[in-house]
Amino acid sequence: MRWSNPRGSVAPASGRLWRGRRVPAVGALLTFASAIFAASALLLSAAPEEKHVSIFSTAANYTLPVLERNGDEYVGLLEVFEPLGSVSAKANGSHWKFRYNDVESEFITGKTRARIRGTDFDLPSDFLLENRRGLVPLSCLGTLLPRILGGPVTFNPNSRRLFIGNVAVHFTAQVSTVTPPKLVINFTAPVNPMIATEPGELRMVFTHEALVAPGSQVLTFDSEVIPSATFQENNGAAELVISASVPLIANFSHDGRSITIEQPPQAAAAVQPPPQITAAGPTPSLPSPAPAAPAPVRRYFAVVDPSHGGEERGASLSDQLEEKDVTLAFARRLRQELELRGLATLLLRDGDSTLSLDQRASLTNSARPAIYICVHAASQGNGLRVYSALVPSGIENHGPFLSWDAGQTAFQPLSRSVGTILVTELQNKQIPARSLIAPLRPLNNITATALALELAPPTTNVSQLNSPAYQLLIAGAVAAGLADVRDNLEAGR
Amino acid sequence: MIPRHLVIGVAILLAIALGMSLYAWRMRGHVDHSELSAANTQPVAPPVSGTTEQVTLYIAYDDAGVLRPKPVRIPLPAGRQERAAEVLRALLNLYLDKFSPHPLGAGSEIRDVYLVDPGLAVIDINAAFADGHRSGVLVEELTVVSLVQTLSANIPGITRVKILVEGNERDTLAGHADLSNFYEVPAISQIVAQLQNAQ
Repeated sequence: MRWSNPRGSVAPASGRLWRGRRVPAVGALLTFASAIFAASALLLSAAPEEKHVSIFSTAANYTLPVLERNGDEYVGLLEVFEPLGSVSAKANGSHWKFRYNDVESEFITGKTRARIRGTDFDLPSDFLLENRRGLVPLSCLGTLLPRILGGPVTFNPNSRRLFIGNVAVHFTAQVSTVTPPKLVINFTAPVNPMIATEPGELRMVFTHEALVAPGSQVLTFDSEVIPSATFQENNGAAELVISASVPLIANFSHDGRSITIEQPPQAAAAVQPPPQITAAGPTPSLPSPAPAAPAPVRRYFAVVDPSHGGEERGASLSDQLEEKDVTLAFARRLRQELELRGLATLLLRDGDSTLSLDQRASLTNSARPAIYICVHAASQGNGLRVYSALVPSGIENHGPFLSWDAGQTAFQPLSRSVGTILVTELQNKQIPARSLIAPLRPLNNITATALALELAPPTTNVSQLNSPAYQLLIAGAVAAGLADVRDNLEAGR
Repeated sequence: MIPRHLVIGVAILLAIALGMSLYAWRMRGHVDHSELSAANTQPVAPPVSGTTEQVTLYIAYDDAGVLRPKPVRIPLPAGRQERAAEVLRALLNLYLDKFSPHPLGAGSEIRDVYLVDPGLAVIDINAAFADGHRSGVLVEELTVVSLVQTLSANIPGITRVKILVEGNERDTLAGHADLSNFYEVPAISQIVAQLQNAQ
């Protein structure tokens, strides 16, 4: 009958737990748990920052992961050149033949000597081959790339930023003399930095812009409110830190070519000199300072989503071409074309990372763009196919609560009409194009105008899918079409 | 001393034994190969007899990226559910043909079709169908729309279709076409209208 009154049996056991032989066991358990906790904390705090190298070129700006091998930093050579032109590689035993456009190179695993354009080239460390992927020491990019590309390259190994050709974005900064003071920064090309505010400073991080240092790393201004700005470069990104004695916000203008940094309205009012009191009476107290306002989140016009990525490779378009790589290259070009037209664009993945369909939809819906474009690629057919969502029917939205599977319902008419406009724009440029409805997630989960683009080769030659010229032609036509309907899309937000 | 005729006899017998072994070895390899290819590519069709009836198959053509109706005559059983399965198997046989306009992976098969009132049809395909399917938005859409439209055009009363793989739900057919939701027949008819116009 012991089981009939469990409480009765637990109480004596609990008593023995603290008074008898189990005390050492509990102590040991607690010690073990503490050790696990301490070890976890140590491991987490010691987790190294992931290293990146950023490459800026007229074809695309992109970031690649840097790998640590044998105490040296390495980068995948195929990934470096893939966005720049037509690439292929072939491993034959320890030999790895690499071809970029019409330039052939040969590397040997475990050797520093390579052959490029028929002549020897010495790497600072051994060439490595991992899963048929050729890795070269990062430090050699500054000398290796000019040999293959045949043009000038500037590489800063400390900041891991590489500039191909004349792509640098310069800026000037000036504090206006009006009250309250404003810092106006003008750039030579549109920029889209990540902005964070901390006590005493506003930090702008430029990961996708080839921003270069002004004449001096530290700029000083004749202002007590905004005394200085510091330019730094680290881990593939440039950073501009504005020091200030008051909370600041940043506003974009001129299609992202200007950023004005100023006090938020409440804070500006708080530090205005109090009015002169001439009559006798109590001195008015200043209003308490406003809490630090968060920097405004820049509103993106478009979210471009290169489908697949990471472990999820998509279609195998040919022996050497995977869908995830083509979608990323095209998405980067589309972002470039959109930003050239002053349309701020967010790329959902800018590397070989894995994102679930739900994550893609959540990120897009949080960004609240005017349009979401997901990019696919296929070997069948030619030109471009533009898809709008097939929203499952029978799913109802309840008031402000939207069904996850039917989030697109309200935007379907606009999505379809924009799809038709894009197809017309492409056909005007003699690009075969077609507008269709497709059961393709996450289109139906998006609470914005949403389209999918499926890029097909121009001819029966599938390798043409990765041709920069072909991708630029299509990306340019799509961007032009979207720029034409910009007002409609903005109104549909 | 071994007699000469005995040596010659043993040599002939050895040669015959060696020849027979080689012949048996080759025949065994040939039979294995034939059985494997037959098992992989041809779904076993249930025996259907009786008079033939005209049905309309909606056939995908990859070259033009279109879907076109094609009337064919096939023998059909009496039961509604069995008829549904037979119509789809006729479509699949066409796709598995050597000169298929929309090739499917070897061993693709319709395991079963379930008709659930009111108006729901569940198509259960085998794993080889999904695993061997080519990946791409259009190529997968053509398969899904071809199956749904062929079924709804020939079996009256179907309003919704769900596709399962080996009896289980699957997110996509081959990385693109969504299989997690139900397909509404009116919406599919809208896509069919679009897919009848070539690019």
